[in-house]
Amino acid sequence: MNFRKYLVLAGVTVFAAAGDSMLSHGMKQTGSISIHHLPGVILAVLNPWVAFGIVLLLAFFATYMTALSWADLTYVLPATSLGYVLLALVAKFVLHEHVSPLRWMGIALITGGVGFIAGGPEITKHPQPVTVEHSAERSRVAVAEEVGAVAERPSTGNAGRERWREEP
Amino acid sequence: MRVLYTWGAILAIVFASVVGDVLLSRAMKQVGDVGELRRRSGLRVVIQRILGNSHFLMGVAAMSVAFFSLLFALSWGDVSLVAPAAASLTFIGNAIAAKVFLHERVDRRRWIAAGLVAAGVALLAG
Repeated sequence: MNFRKYLVLAGVTVFAAAGDSMLSHGMKQTGSISIHHLPGVILAVLNPWVAFGIVLLLAFFATYMTALSWADLTYVLPATSLGYVLLALVAKFVLHEHVSPLRWMGIALITGGVGFIAGGPEITKHPQPVTVEHSAERSRVAVAEEVGAVAERPSTGNAGRERWREEP
Repeated sequence: MRVLYTWGAILAIVFASVVGDVLLSRAMKQVGDVGELRRRSGLRVVIQRILGNSHFLMGVAAMSVAFFSLLFALSWGDVSLVAPAAASLTFIGNAIAAKVFLHERVDRRRWIAAGLVAAGVALLAG
């Protein structure tokens, strides 16, 4: 794990929490929508809070995909669950909402869970290729190497025949 | 009956989310380290590889199913039950599915982490 990777994990956490908050704030302004009035959904998207929330959630998805490209699912999910804690802290210190003792306990449990995986390795090293595509690629490479080796191998029999053909 | 519908929808959310997460994780492992790939071949190749991956597309479809299940669940049950129940069960489901289908090494450390986070989320959102 290097600094860039920690930054990506922080991005997943912050973008998810901020995107959800913006979406929630915007949807409270637009009022409830129903399945029978679908144009209401389009109007909701025009709300700047909702639009910005969607942009942030797209950023969340991009960083989440990036994290999954080099880390296990069972590492990324707990590591980014600090977003829940972030939301509770924003509720307490920015929105001045009441955070009950039960919620503080929840924050403590999540933080403890993140602490547990933080010290471990982020990815499982597989001794052999897991995916079909990888193994197919491997076998292609192996075949190519084999063909190359055969082509490069000096074949006295052929060389002899070539000489025999050239001689007359 | 309403309780049954709500729990049915919660289980549907959990199932679809877990399937989606597993498929997306597998897709991204097949694509490889995105940062390295971008430096080597450029952003266009990265996007092409991701969008051309069948596991990625199936994962996004599963996530859409999870989203619509959430809408159904919220129309039948309270958000204070649906959100924490779905989120914490998804954490546990993901740990099991990652071990079985992705062959991740879910050691004691990761089980404890998944359990603590699931319990914490249930308390926080409850």
